Amino acid sequence: MNHDSNQSTDREHPDDLVARIRSVRAGEATTVDRLEGMLSRIDTVDPALNAFHEVLGEDARRHAESIDARLAAGDDPGPLAGAIVAVKDNLCTTEGRTTCSSKMLEHYRSPFEATAVERLRNAGATIVGKTNLDEFAMGSSSENCAWGPVRNPHGVDRVPGGSSGGSAAAVAADCADVALGSDTGGSIRQPAAFCGCVGFKPTYGRISRYGLVAFGSSLDQIGPIGRSVRDASLLYEVMAGVDPHDATTSELPVESPLSEGTIDLRGLRVGIPREHVTDENHPGVTERFAETLDTLRSAGVTIVDVDLPLTHHGISTYYVIAPAEASSNLSRYDGIRYGHRAEALPGEGLEELYARTRSEGFGPEVRRRIMLGTYVLSAGYYDAYYTRALKVRRLIKQEFDGVFSQCDVLLGPTTPTPAFRLGADLDPVSMYLNDVYTVNANIAGIPAISIPGGFVEDEGDALPVGLHLQAPAFAESLLLRTASAVEATHART
Amino acid sequence: MNESDSNPMPSIDDVARVATLSRLALDEDGLEAARRDLSAILGHVAAIQALDVEHVEPMPRPQDVVNRLAEDEPGPLLDREVLLRMAPRTEGPFIAVPKVLGEGGA
Repeated sequence: MNHDSNQSTDREHPDDLVARIRSVRAGEATTVDRLEGMLSRIDTVDPALNAFHEVLGEDARRHAESIDARLAAGDDPGPLAGAIVAVKDNLCTTEGRTTCSSKMLEHYRSPFEATAVERLRNAGATIVGKTNLDEFAMGSSSENCAWGPVRNPHGVDRVPGGSSGGSAAAVAADCADVALGSDTGGSIRQPAAFCGCVGFKPTYGRISRYGLVAFGSSLDQIGPIGRSVRDASLLYEVMAGVDPHDATTSELPVESPLSEGTIDLRGLRVGIPREHVTDENHPGVTERFAETLDTLRSAGVTIVDVDLPLTHHGISTYYVIAPAEASSNLSRYDGIRYGHRAEALPGEGLEELYARTRSEGFGPEVRRRIMLGTYVLSAGYYDAYYTRALKVRRLIKQEFDGVFSQCDVLLGPTTPTPAFRLGADLDPVSMYLNDVYTVNANIAGIPAISIPGGFVEDEGDALPVGLHLQAPAFAESLLLRTASAVEATHART
Repeated sequence: MNESDSNPMPSIDDVARVATLSRLALDEDGLEAARRDLSAILGHVAAIQALDVEHVEPMPRPQDVVNRLAEDEPGPLLDREVLLRMAPRTEGPFIAVPKVLGEGGA
């Protein structure tokens, strides 16, 4: 792997965040102008997309004015000065509400801010609004939403993916420069793939989860959705690092992938899991992926076929561990301290109030996962399901360790299909299988990124699909620099 | 529930018990729908039962890291007024809940 630091600037696209905000720093544009442009765009396109729960117009204007004032005074507001960022509505912000797309938190205003959001603000970013999601981040289509589904900017009868569907749609529709999502089983990468964006899930422990409303605490990770790998890298660098509010954040130093330059693809060993290249993939996904491999071979990449047989057990393992953790995390919503509370009935006790509050406040998918999680943690089933799933998790982790001795990174399609139609009414298991290629990165805690992998034809629509790259734990720099080099082999639209 | 029963088809009684443990109020239709969903999902999940995991240590977190402990020192807390304003029902400086103790129980 040779460094070629000259390539990184050559490859900058005029739509990259860095290029967009350079004009603000150079005094050719203002943050306020950029914000007003985004707000106007949201006004125009969001009635059809429903990507935003709340647009923080006045708070954002005030913040943008302060950034411009600091720049005018010769002060440096930070590397994200001029950037307009959307935030998934399961990340706590002190401005606006934090609803998680749930009736349970319809009126909830957080008294504190997520560390990731605070670090973006401290770096000069302006938060334009809170984006729609599957309730409590449980879903792969952004249809499990208390206030209506999100629609895909590439076809409004298509889902944007989920659960960070609002964030991906907002970036794809240019209603924000970049957005934050959270990823428990693919919730950043799958919507990024469906919407033609870059979506990055760092290693578990890289970015503080403080202020991320908990779903699966051993799986959840915050990450950026943007237009390019450079955009994702920039946000990652700002957000990553140890946080005293989250004891699971790693103390390992955070590298600076952008300044290390892109990787020369010649000699890079890219592993292709045989299990990810199957006849079950959409024919368009298969074609685009084959073209990518041809391009990479021509660029000098060494393609290595690898086996990840336990991939097939990833979804099963995930649908024990994630609901188990969710059932525990969501037990806090009891209608007493905050959130929705059912109207008390005469003579009703505390237990009945809890049960009615939770049944009114949670939607069907959240109730389903709480029930599933409670079942697998209950006496008589704990060892057969939960303990066993934790053991399979170790086997999956060991399997990744093994393949990373044969290759530098793994590459495959992000999803088996492009975006499906809204209201496809998939049964729960079929819906869960959307995450078949992404979920193992969460189980093993390794970093993974989806980058645009071209368009496919599906029933007369041209829809984007994603390329999924995975790397060993804490090898974000290798992953992002490789992704940037692979991205450069694809024509940007 | 039977200790040795790994049959992925929970009965209505199993589902009713899980609903109680989950603090969810489900009517008969809701219980039946939940039984169908749980059966389908557990049927899929059952594949992991075939794997040999006898000598494998469970992995509750994706990295074998030791928890970092904070210093045992008081730190800043959220303001009580702020927290009380978040509660759906309050009485003066208290969060209101239905009566917990029975007659004469106090």
